[in-house]
Amino acid sequence: MPRLIALLLLIVLVLPGSRAHADDAYDALSASALAISPESFDSVRHGIEQLAESGDPRAAVVIGALHDGTLYANDDHALFIQQPDGSYVDAHTGAKAPDVTDDDVKKVRVNNAVRSAIDAALGGLQLFAPDAPTRLHAATAVFTSHDPAALPALKKALAKESDPAVKRLMEQAQAAALLSAPDASEAEKLDAVATLRARGDQDARSVLSALAGQSGPVGTAAAAAVVSIDHFLQIWSVAQSVYYGISLGSVLLLAAAGLAITFGVMGVINMAHGEMVMIGAYVTFVVQQLMHAYLPSLYGISLLIAVPMAFLVSGAVGVVIERSLIRWLYGRPLETLLATWGLSLVLQQVVRSLFGANNQDVDTPGWMSGAFQLGGLTLTWNRLYIIIFAFLVVAALMAALRYTPLGLRMRAVTQNRRMAAAMGIRTPWIDALTFGLGSGIAGIAGVALSQIDNVSPNLGQGYIIDSFMVVVFGGVGNLWGTTLGALTLGIVNKFLEPIAGAVLGKIIVLVLLILFVQRNPRGMFPLKGRAVEA
Amino acid sequence: MKLDRTSFITLIAVMGAALVLALLNQMTAAASAAHVPTYVIALAGKYLCFAMLALAVDLVWGFAGILSLGHAAFFALGGYAMGMYLMRQIGTRGVYGNPNLPDFMVFLGWKALPWYWTGFEWFGFAILMAMLVPAVLAGVFGWLAFRSRVTGVYLSIITQALTYALLLAFFRNDMGFGGNNGMTDFKDILGFNVQADSTRSALLVISAVVLCGQFLLARFVVDSRFGKILIAVRDTESRTRFLGYRPESYKLVVWVLSAIMAGIGGALYVPQVGIINPSEFAPGNSIEAVIWVAVGGRGTLVGAILGAIIVNFGKTWFTGALPEVWLYALGAMFIFVTLFLPRGVMGLVRTSAPKEPEPETPAVAAAHEVTG
Repeated sequence: MPRLIALLLLIVLVLPGSRAHADDAYDALSASALAISPESFDSVRHGIEQLAESGDPRAAVVIGALHDGTLYANDDHALFIQQPDGSYVDAHTGAKAPDVTDDDVKKVRVNNAVRSAIDAALGGLQLFAPDAPTRLHAATAVFTSHDPAALPALKKALAKESDPAVKRLMEQAQAAALLSAPDASEAEKLDAVATLRARGDQDARSVLSALAGQSGPVGTAAAAAVVSIDHFLQIWSVAQSVYYGISLGSVLLLAAAGLAITFGVMGVINMAHGEMVMIGAYVTFVVQQLMHAYLPSLYGISLLIAVPMAFLVSGAVGVVIERSLIRWLYGRPLETLLATWGLSLVLQQVVRSLFGANNQDVDTPGWMSGAFQLGGLTLTWNRLYIIIFAFLVVAALMAALRYTPLGLRMRAVTQNRRMAAAMGIRTPWIDALTFGLGSGIAGIAGVALSQIDNVSPNLGQGYIIDSFMVVVFGGVGNLWGTTLGALTLGIVNKFLEPIAGAVLGKIIVLVLLILFVQRNPRGMFPLKGRAVEA
Repeated sequence: MKLDRTSFITLIAVMGAALVLALLNQMTAAASAAHVPTYVIALAGKYLCFAMLALAVDLVWGFAGILSLGHAAFFALGGYAMGMYLMRQIGTRGVYGNPNLPDFMVFLGWKALPWYWTGFEWFGFAILMAMLVPAVLAGVFGWLAFRSRVTGVYLSIITQALTYALLLAFFRNDMGFGGNNGMTDFKDILGFNVQADSTRSALLVISAVVLCGQFLLARFVVDSRFGKILIAVRDTESRTRFLGYRPESYKLVVWVLSAIMAGIGGALYVPQVGIINPSEFAPGNSIEAVIWVAVGGRGTLVGAILGAIIVNFGKTWFTGALPEVWLYALGAMFIFVTLFLPRGVMGLVRTSAPKEPEPETPAVAAAHEVTG
């Protein structure tokens, strides 16, 4: 506290200069722009900088008041801050000053030069803010501006800093600012280059590349650092491609997981699979609308409620389709293909008639939006959640097939229908339930896809070819193959994109797939045995 | 080669209807009650081109058991070859008036014609390409696929991937085929105005002749010894192989032939509809072509022609009268035909009158209604 008082005394002394300058400080300021004395402005600016470097929280209040135009001074150089209700508080202590009236004080005015000093000071002051995120933010701002003027404040802040993350960023900011400072020594600059090289991101690179052209040891070091950072960034960009690839792969996996059941396990070519996905997306839309109307308090978890609902609705539709259409067509795969294609047209038109042809808005809940930084990667939450969700769905599906009684019966019917029937399994019902399971999984996929794609009647069409590709590529009847196939396709696609462009990349992937299927007609992990020839 | 009665009647009906329509369009005054408006001529010509595609699909699906879900790709490639010829015929009459470059290339700032446009100013070359390009694509694709014994559903899915890849490719402006908008605003074909009634009528008659020629060729192929083995391959491929035949060679020949037939259909289609764009590659189009065959009756050839005409007439009628209902009707048709009419309309014809088919069965009557 004594320090603060000393500082405030300082600013009071410096701000108006001397008694003789006092009028210049605010009277002249208030008069007209032409009459402003340059000396006084220098002194005001100087006072602000001194105050900013003091590192006291109270300083921020005072400079903030100056910034807002609520800082007043009386004839004795005492500073007061006007409150919104028109009363004044003492700038030293923050205590109320009830006996001060408007007549006693004059506003401390500012001009552009002072204003920019205020801005810089406020930025610097946040380096001393009590909470770490604000300090981190301020240090980032200094790094971005790398203004040498911030150096003294940074030095003070660094000495006090205890949070290691903030401290590191401050050191980097100091290094960036040092490199722009004309008077820094060569040794300091070399140190600064090393610090930035260790940071190794695009921002550090842009600071360094400005120096890389210079002669002398600093320029050489900077050039070497740029090369090193480029190398580092390249590794991160590979990692980024892999991540995007996994992200795309997880979407493909979600879309194909249901098909791995209906097509892979049952052998039904369900061209209406995409429409099951689309129905799932529309269920999400309806659930959100209903919850918005009736349960607004739970709106945040609407997606979690949509997941089981989509499973049930799409699954029920699937059971109905199996019972009414597909069961007549077992053993005639090509006819199934045509009939389900016709069905997909009908389902699209039904949805179009019910909801209209336009895209429907499905909200992304707060906990799914935004992004975060991981090393050199920028990860968005919704993509990350979809990746996790896709793997959870596949894991649940595998567990259901392996450990539940229904899964056991499904596998029994697939492997040997007549034997299963002889053991008392009602094979027609198992067929219906298996198809329902596959359709339900497709519906769940629709919930996830509603977050990243347009919810329209055509939603499913975009995924049907990809889904079949994934299942065929992975090997029919093999969920591991489907998983690996989806991820491989996703990653290959994302690696080709920067080289060939998005569309050409996709074409190349399709052509590669066609060639792959020609070489391995049964996919990566073919089922072994005589059953495959049937 | 002996033609059965249904085939004979269908051929006569197709030829006759095309001639009658063309004559009524040309010989009567516009005000007369007997006058056939030009849009009907263009529509009928379009149906006949679709019938060629259906015939091509039936040849491979009905007789070799290859369900292609990408046949419209060959059709569209033939169409693009013709489109390129028609673009070159525009000459200086384009919006930009460039004698060499089509408008879309000028628009994209291209300076010279890409090498693969060379020769398309000649009609004969374009027609050759309309057959050769689908044939080469089908040859490479089929050679790879049949040799490694990709069959059934897997083959269907990769044919779909093929047409999907081509769809994406032709959407790209860099390809030099007009990108999204494709090619349109055609002026002349062999010096005749594409828009003129007389050209349209002539194209209709030519389409009918070509369709009948393709039908006779297909009939000849399936009735020959080659065709018998093809049917054996369709029914039990492995047994045919054990008998010492090479199924992949038989399939490849018929597959390439079918692609050429589809390509010719596309080449005749483009001048009659006046536009070719990448949406012709859409996988849905190929699947629709399969349903024409299924509706008409798979493995009958005549059925393919009838199916294409019936379904497309239905489409024209529905999209005009009840646009909302069309997709329901098309979808229901897929389901109904596969469930209840596995042999299509031709199945009705043959089961209702197995020995002596009536000339005026519902299907033929419908065909008359469509074409006449």
